[in-house]
Amino acid sequence: MTINQLSIFIENKSGALIKVLDLLSKEGVQIIASTIADTSEFGIYRVICNKPTKAYNILKNNNINVQLTDVLAVEIEDEPGKAAHVIDLFTQAGVNVAYMYSFLFKGKGVLILKVNPLEKAKEIIMLEKISFVTTEDLK
Amino acid sequence: MDNNSEYLHPEFETLSVSEIRDLQLKRLKDTVKHCMNSEFYRKRFQEAGITPDDIKTLDDLKKIPFTTKQDLRDTYPFGMASIPLKDCVRLHSSSGTTGNPTVILHSQKDLDEWANAVARCLWMVGLRPEDVFQNSSGYGMFTGGLGFQYGAERLGMLTVPAAAGNSLRQIKFITDFGTTAIHAIPSYVTRLKEVMDQQGVDPQRDTKLKTLVIGAEPHSEEQRKRIEKMMGVKAYNSFGMSEMCGPGVAFECKEQNGLHIWEDYYIVEIVDPETLEPVPEGEIGEMVLTTLNREAMPLLRYRTRDLTRILGHDCPCGRHHVRLDRMKGRSDDMIVLRGVNIFPIQIEKILMQFKELSTNYLITLTTDGDNDNMTVEVELEELFTDDYSRLEKLTKDITRALKDEILLTPRVKLVAKGTLPVSEGKAVRVVDKRKVYE
Repeated sequence: MTINQLSIFIENKSGALIKVLDLLSKEGVQIIASTIADTSEFGIYRVICNKPTKAYNILKNNNINVQLTDVLAVEIEDEPGKAAHVIDLFTQAGVNVAYMYSFLFKGKGVLILKVNPLEKAKEIIMLEKISFVTTEDLK
Repeated sequence: MDNNSEYLHPEFETLSVSEIRDLQLKRLKDTVKHCMNSEFYRKRFQEAGITPDDIKTLDDLKKIPFTTKQDLRDTYPFGMASIPLKDCVRLHSSSGTTGNPTVILHSQKDLDEWANAVARCLWMVGLRPEDVFQNSSGYGMFTGGLGFQYGAERLGMLTVPAAAGNSLRQIKFITDFGTTAIHAIPSYVTRLKEVMDQQGVDPQRDTKLKTLVIGAEPHSEEQRKRIEKMMGVKAYNSFGMSEMCGPGVAFECKEQNGLHIWEDYYIVEIVDPETLEPVPEGEIGEMVLTTLNREAMPLLRYRTRDLTRILGHDCPCGRHHVRLDRMKGRSDDMIVLRGVNIFPIQIEKILMQFKELSTNYLITLTTDGDNDNMTVEVELEELFTDDYSRLEKLTKDITRALKDEILLTPRVKLVAKGTLPVSEGKAVRVVDKRKVYE
């Protein structure tokens, strides 16, 4: 239900991002989805990949500020209104979404959500029988 | 007081070099004898194997060991006093954030002499009793407040203790009270001018200002000229330090070619900060001062840590009190920013309280427009969150803690681990890009 996302502290300066990407590609880590917001001084580069634990160790060993973050990975049909349905359920239950992004994986839509409180969100997913994605699925 | 005289104290100000030396020797002997009332100096002299009788010439001064800021800290709070505490009437203290504070004690006579020195400086740049003097400097422990207050009053001026900040009120005082002279740190003068511009106040048209006294913050000749141009009045450089009372130690005359240091108050030595040997006259070194008329707490060969050089003994103004070049920097790592003295260790101490940070940091000083600013870059040790707001909160918390410590608000920047330069051995912690010491 939750998967490990890499959260990487990236300074807004030339060469910061490529350093991270080089390290990951050398070790055969495949990035499935990633996002970084534009901020003036630093950003948090959020990455879903096929080998999060390995990637974490590589970055850690190379002195990169990195964290493994538990995020919800919800599977939805690639159709209008599906994401809205999930968010609507969360909203009604008082679950806040800190950030969200999405990607297509093997023909299905995947919503990545950082939510609070996480446990309540998990309950909703169980109760409403919402499909989800595991790290295994992404390998 | 003779309003037409160029000198407030002609009997001291117009002494020839040899007359100054004679007076200094007499006062040095008295001072050294008086110092034996201080527990600290009694011990110092014993350790050095000297007695006051060994000081027969000015050259004998070299026999006396240096006094340092550390000595002031070690004898905190009253260990350097040369008179009983009951005869002291004032103390000024540093904030003591780098260890024990330093305390400077004053007798009533000391305060009188201090006021005389400041009055002499102000008179020298043309201020007279009919002037209105607005002291836009911090009060309290900061000696630029009370120091100029008493000095300006001693001269006989109507003195406005406006203190620092609240620019709108400052401008109202200037226009309503007919202020003719202001004392402030240079960066505050430029701030005042900005607000004047916003308010449509033209210093030339709408005020009676004619003199600015600027100091307590290193500034370049270029900066002075810019201030003079924007305000349309003369700006004179003031040098002081709390260990030597405060302001009134050295001051520019109307020639604006170096600062006359009052040699009836101080003996000046310029030494190599490494070897502690005197440098040839005219070369840059650390200024060492011996007080000649202090009662409560005389200081012998005090290492000021300020770097400067002697420009000469003669001046068209008729004074032979030696002229010092504007300060060229520090022989220690103290930062002087907007009139505030800051040691990097103070910043380090605060940063180390944040577990989220690594031990690496970099302080960068820049001049942006008319303001000097400090940026503190800090390395994130662990990415403890992936929440922007928590990183922003951390930045704010660090900023606030630093402000509480150094009394200035630095710009704090979180940087990635391992990105700050780490030099071999002693890391470079301060990069000064200001153009203040040129």
